[in-house]
Amino acid sequence: MTDAITGSAGGASEAPPADPGSTDVARPQVRRSRRRDNWRKRAEIVFFVTPALALFVLFVIVPVLTAVQMSVYRWKGFGPLEDFVGLGNYTSVLTDDDFHEALAHTMTIVVGSIILQLPLGLAVALLLNRRMRGQGLLRMIVFVPFVLSEVIAGVIWFQLLQPRYGVLDTLMGSVGLPVPEQGWLGDSDFALWTVLIVLTWKYLGLPILLFLAGMQSIPDELYESAQLDGASWWQAQRNITFPLLGPTMRTWAFLSMIGSLQQFDMVWVLTHGGPAGATSTIVTFLINEGTERYNFGIAGAASVILFVIALTMAIAYQRLFLRRDTREAGR
Amino acid sequence: MTRRTRRPALAVAAAVALVVTACAGQGDDDATDDTDANATETADGGDEAGSDEPVTIEWWHNSNNPPGRDVYEQAAEDFMTANPNVTIEISAQAHEDMVTRLEAAMQAGDMPDIFMERGGGELLAKVDAGLIKDITDDAAETIGKLGGSVAGWQVDDRTYALPFSLGVVGFWYNTDLFQQAGISEPPETLDDWVASVGAIKDAGIEPVSVGAGDAWPAAHYWYYAALRQCAQDVLTEALASLDFSDECFVRAGETVQTIVEAEPFNAGFLTTVAQEGPTSASGLLATGKVAMEMQGHWEPGVMQGLTEDGTGLGEQTAWFPFPSVPDAEGDPAAVLGGGDAWAASADAPDAAVDFIEYLLSDEVQQTFAENSMGLPVNPAATQFVADPAMAELLEVRDSAPYAQLYLDTYLGQSIGGALNEAVVDMFAGQASPQDIVDALQEAVAAEQ
Repeated sequence: MTDAITGSAGGASEAPPADPGSTDVARPQVRRSRRRDNWRKRAEIVFFVTPALALFVLFVIVPVLTAVQMSVYRWKGFGPLEDFVGLGNYTSVLTDDDFHEALAHTMTIVVGSIILQLPLGLAVALLLNRRMRGQGLLRMIVFVPFVLSEVIAGVIWFQLLQPRYGVLDTLMGSVGLPVPEQGWLGDSDFALWTVLIVLTWKYLGLPILLFLAGMQSIPDELYESAQLDGASWWQAQRNITFPLLGPTMRTWAFLSMIGSLQQFDMVWVLTHGGPAGATSTIVTFLINEGTERYNFGIAGAASVILFVIALTMAIAYQRLFLRRDTREAGR
Repeated sequence: MTRRTRRPALAVAAAVALVVTACAGQGDDDATDDTDANATETADGGDEAGSDEPVTIEWWHNSNNPPGRDVYEQAAEDFMTANPNVTIEISAQAHEDMVTRLEAAMQAGDMPDIFMERGGGELLAKVDAGLIKDITDDAAETIGKLGGSVAGWQVDDRTYALPFSLGVVGFWYNTDLFQQAGISEPPETLDDWVASVGAIKDAGIEPVSVGAGDAWPAAHYWYYAALRQCAQDVLTEALASLDFSDECFVRAGETVQTIVEAEPFNAGFLTTVAQEGPTSASGLLATGKVAMEMQGHWEPGVMQGLTEDGTGLGEQTAWFPFPSVPDAEGDPAAVLGGGDAWAASADAPDAAVDFIEYLLSDEVQQTFAENSMGLPVNPAATQFVADPAMAELLEVRDSAPYAQLYLDTYLGQSIGGALNEAVVDMFAGQASPQDIVDALQEAVAAEQ
């Protein structure tokens, strides 16, 4: 939000009002008017940025700092913060087996989402990029799950995946396929993978949409000349589409990674992090510690740790993959 | 906080249905008249409430549907008539909303004068933070009348709230399905119970539903097993000292293991929720998909809300207590339960305490019982409970040697939560009896 407004303010200030009489006027006057312009520019920036900045500070910075403050106290949710424990909460989070599990599950979702959605998204985008009847309708259908609220999608899948009475089990049972006794979400061996598949269903629309947009920005001449050179369809895709989609893919993977790190809603609706912790994520861990068990200090520490993990991964990703893209874009 | 919290709200939903079906069209007016008449006699007499200084009391409760809402409005009306200087501002909210708002209000230190309190370790945390009024002296008379029921809301022999509804946990079952399985008498011992599970399975019916996805319904099995395996003094001592090293707690885990190994539970019980929707544990019982479920006194009300015709299991609803465990040291008649109490915030006016006492008076509790709003605590009102299953439950409650508050409520969210998760791990086949005790002890250590 701030970015947008800063940007627009900057944009406005980049075009100083033309002063038609300036060439005829004496120098001090020019300087004075320029100074006046500078002040105006600053006032404008301040005027436009302040409301957004105030909201940002109030609803982002203050809560973040509160979480940091909470993380060094033992606090049950009532009364003043008094019981200072230093880094004790961090130690207990970092040595907690449940946290290790949650971290492992989160990383599985981060990596699994990209591994599943990248090829699938590319394949569907390639399909939908071809001229065919009902193209618009197909694109919309593919994109619908992404627009759906995560909680609603979760509730629908929760019902579909009900053991014994759910649609999936009924269908599979009627054609004689074996289903897990405890259901797809109730069996520790399947639960995380089931969640991952539901997440893929939910979020596949985004890479498809982005890749389609990316494909449409690739000039047709490249394909035409490839065709003239005798390249097959697959060769054209491999040597033209995929490399030119690179920046789009890398940006999407970045978004996917950040989203997966914060994964909460779907898991909470589908399994509450269960069965027996088999699908816990860092966020379900901290919600569980905070609002369920009232260990707000532990929850604060876990959220700071999540913040550090997300920041580190974001910076590393930026350094490793996105740098070239942003540099090119800046040119 | 989704645990157990919907219960009172649903008890009210139960009441709606019961009143509609049972007392339709009769007695309503008379009941209100009675309360009116009695109210003027007993509703005054408060020290400060009698003075002329205007006082406003803010009261939050979760009876946001008739008849509960009307009963409480009338009670407030009567109290205000008797004490013209008192104004009671009622805020009737859906239970979940109330709990969330109450949490926020407590964290902000800006609380209503009268609110609901579940006792145990949760109460202790609030008492430690100085948020709750000590009503030991102001409400001495009512406390004496309620007797041992108040124990769950006492800290160091001081009383902080007065319970108005106390229920016990036991097995709710479908009499039709039991009959189909050829079981004529509900099981009394654990062996009987396991045998009946086998018989129900043989009849092609799923025996028991449990909402292990919400943890606490599964954990209730361990609590009850501990009640059966541990002598009362051992249990009381362990809960007071938070030292669970007695062997009986490991044996409690073994009892639960026996139960889990009989494979009595519904398919997917590890992610089944307690009471939301037709595929929840209560929903499965309500729709005749399973034969029984271990739950609290609110269960009939919950089930009524989960069936289209609003009757739940209807006449097939019956109840039996948790079976006795052979060769165990605990009293086979001890019950696990809990309830809701009225508490006043630390800075509430004295008139608030008078009003709480009035809410526990014979006539208000009697109306409470007649409208099936819960299981009354005032001994003078228990005879007015109309529903037969509830009356049976009440009999078990009142004849029990002692009632143990749900262990998670007693131990507070942090230790209680760890215990519940460990029990669920056992249900998932991933924890041994010793693991549960270890998890409990670790959570205790983390608190100190």
